[in-house]
Amino acid sequence: MITKLTHTCIYVLDQQRAYDFYVNKLGFLVHTDAPMGEGVRWLTVTPPEQPELEITLYLVSEGPMFDKETAETMRVLVSKGTFGAAVFTCKDLLATYEELTAKGVVFKKKPTKEFYGFEALFVDDSGNWFSLAQLERQ
Amino acid sequence: MDLYEKQYLYQRMVRAKLYIDSHYAEPIDLRLIADHACCSKFHFIRLFKAIYGKTPHHYLSSVRLNHARILLAEGHTVAEACEAVGFESSTSFANLFKRTVSETPTAFQRRMMTRKVAMLKQPLRFVPNCFVEQMGVKKRNFE
Repeated sequence: MITKLTHTCIYVLDQQRAYDFYVNKLGFLVHTDAPMGEGVRWLTVTPPEQPELEITLYLVSEGPMFDKETAETMRVLVSKGTFGAAVFTCKDLLATYEELTAKGVVFKKKPTKEFYGFEALFVDDSGNWFSLAQLERQ
Repeated sequence: MDLYEKQYLYQRMVRAKLYIDSHYAEPIDLRLIADHACCSKFHFIRLFKAIYGKTPHHYLSSVRLNHARILLAEGHTVAEACEAVGFESSTSFANLFKRTVSETPTAFQRRMMTRKVAMLKQPLRFVPNCFVEQMGVKKRNFE
């Protein structure tokens, strides 16, 4: 029986820029920041109220996971905004939207009423897009 | 309340929150923030709590504690962390820290420093092996 999701992965184009975006703009907490040698860095962050879920900010680069051509293709796809990586939730979408906008986060969709509550869409510094939702009780 | 009025209200509350986020280390007079937000103190506290789930005072304390945790994890002493984040009394800092984090600042600092050293010397302990292999990390470098 599967019990929990502990790690998930977001492909980023620059880990230091991603660190700044997720930690200083979104307010996520650094869980693990470990140098692995030869320029490889294992960097995970957690949403402020979900410390058990590590989000890996995984650098798209040539290596065992991606050959040179695939890494280049992935870079193009990520930067074009191909990947919708996750849904985040917040207690008050309008306040969160105002705060993140003030911090320079780019929204593709302003807070909008949906069947399940309110939703907005923002993009990270690499091009990944996320839903930000304020869910109503169901 | 129409949408524009609501948006204006939210912008004022967000400005107040961002002010706390960036000036937490200084003595903050919440009445002044309420004035900047063009509210009476009581109206400000009520609105802030409705949006963020905490009074401005409690929110300020939580921001200070979070920054203290970061400083302690970086290796700063308890006294340095306490002063750097704006607590005037080390006793009230230690009490609040223990109530919130469930361990003393000293114990937390020791645990974080041990973890930091382990992360540098034995990073493989912190990374699922499937990722280690996908990243092409040479395990023998850490054995």
